[in-house]
Amino acid sequence: MLSTSQTSLAIASQEDVVFVRQAVRKAAVEAGFTLVDQTKLVTAASELARNTFVHGGGGTVLIEHVEEGARNGLRLTFTDQGPGIPDIERALKDGYTSGNGLGLGLGGAKRLSNEFSIWSEPAKGTRVTITRWKS
Amino acid sequence: MERIPILKLGEFLLVSIQIDMHDRLAISLQDDLTGKIVATGAKGVLIDISGLDIVDSFIGRMLGNIAGMSRILDAATVLVGMQPSVAITLVELGLSLPGIRTALNIDKGMELLRQSLEEQWDSPGVINKPD
Amino acid sequence: MSILRNSVSHRPGSPVDQQLEDDARTFLSGLRRAVAGGNFTDLSRPEWQSVMEFLTNLSRRRVEDGFTPSETAMFVFSFKQPLFERIAKEFANDARGFADETWRATVLIDRLGLETTSAFVKGREEIIRRQQQELLEISTPVVRLWEGILALPLIGTLDSARTQIVMQNLLEAIVSHGAAIAIIDITGVATVDTLVAQHLLKTVAAARLMGADCIISGIRPQIAQTIIHLGVDLADVMTKATLADAFQIALRKIGNGAVAVKRSQPA
Repeated sequence: MLSTSQTSLAIASQEDVVFVRQAVRKAAVEAGFTLVDQTKLVTAASELARNTFVHGGGGTVLIEHVEEGARNGLRLTFTDQGPGIPDIERALKDGYTSGNGLGLGLGGAKRLSNEFSIWSEPAKGTRVTITRWKS
Repeated sequence: MERIPILKLGEFLLVSIQIDMHDRLAISLQDDLTGKIVATGAKGVLIDISGLDIVDSFIGRMLGNIAGMSRILDAATVLVGMQPSVAITLVELGLSLPGIRTALNIDKGMELLRQSLEEQWDSPGVINKPD
Repeated sequence: MSILRNSVSHRPGSPVDQQLEDDARTFLSGLRRAVAGGNFTDLSRPEWQSVMEFLTNLSRRRVEDGFTPSETAMFVFSFKQPLFERIAKEFANDARGFADETWRATVLIDRLGLETTSAFVKGREEIIRRQQQELLEISTPVVRLWEGILALPLIGTLDSARTQIVMQNLLEAIVSHGAAIAIIDITGVATVDTLVAQHLLKTVAAARLMGADCIISGIRPQIAQTIIHLGVDLADVMTKATLADAFQIALRKIGNGAVAVKRSQPA
């Protein structure tokens, strides 16, 4: 996979979460995604950006335009140095419908993306990467 | 701090969400609405989301909360103007907005609210409204 | 160069003109630069890039000018003659050397000539793809049956990509027409696989979220069987055998003093 452009944004406030949504929307438009695919990506980004701020104590997102062979897409990497996620399996399952539980929206972000990967260690932090390819 | 305006339309309240809300703003909308329902004795709330190009789990929860609280306060809630790409994404997300009525636009939303008010009158145990 | 000009001007079927001479010069100088490093075989290397680009553009241009792909390939092949004559002069006393060099040259020129043909094919494929797209847009019209009732008659084979586009169009149409009910008629659909069935269901769910309702009509026995076998759950969705039946139901719903109260299904 080739990364052709990178933008890094800080997520340190609620306003930043909104800003990230707008930045991802802009990148998705640039990448030539259909409106529905843009919406899916921005929604997933919103979930993950919020997690980074609310559960991760703040962090960053890296927005990259990527190419692999004939296809191109966007890759988003959310990183924080927060408390980490103790039980990733469960977090993915609870995903959206857990109500007031963890409500991490992780499962949702995964469902809305073509590729999803997560690393998390208690007391070290969390890194979630999602990718959407232009169809 | 900015607040989302709530308009009174007869016995209904209309909220039109035009901006990309951060979480704090969404929560204050919740509070403002419930306060206004009580203050005005409104029987219905119309939430226009035609200006929202995404609805994520937080916003979804907020909408659910508004519907739930309104019901307790004896007001019906109708969500109108959901964009197709938002609807498709919500389905993909697995979010179904349980217990929330929806309509295509404000006109149809008003119709729905009026209908549900009429139906209240027709429920058993209530004196029938004279024709 | 004069040898080339001669061979070019004597080639049957192609007019001698300035463009041709320019093309020949450009090709020749590009060729000379590319082989300078001694690489005659690996055309994917950077030193060959400008020659390859030139050939692709040449192919496209000549198609527009009305040349057949063969004629364009012949343009490249015509470089053999002057090349061989030159090689013959260089290796006048070396039969082995002459044979080797000639072979190398002919392989190279053949490949370059074929490059113009494959560029032609790629161009054609692009046109076909574009036309398919346009056909897609024309062939799935949304029909307004009545005030507030839309119908989407689907015809032919549904693949995943096409179904997604079609469904999006339907949802947009629901908004722009302010339709309360959309009838998706699949009478004309040959087969339905899991992906397509799922797209249909997702569309119905999305329409409901937006405040409209869907009826699926025209499910033929074979498709009904497939759906059961696939384990797809149509419990939530209203289905009718024919478009006419669906239309009747829709009219009744509309006629009952506007839209009936629709509650989204609980999670």
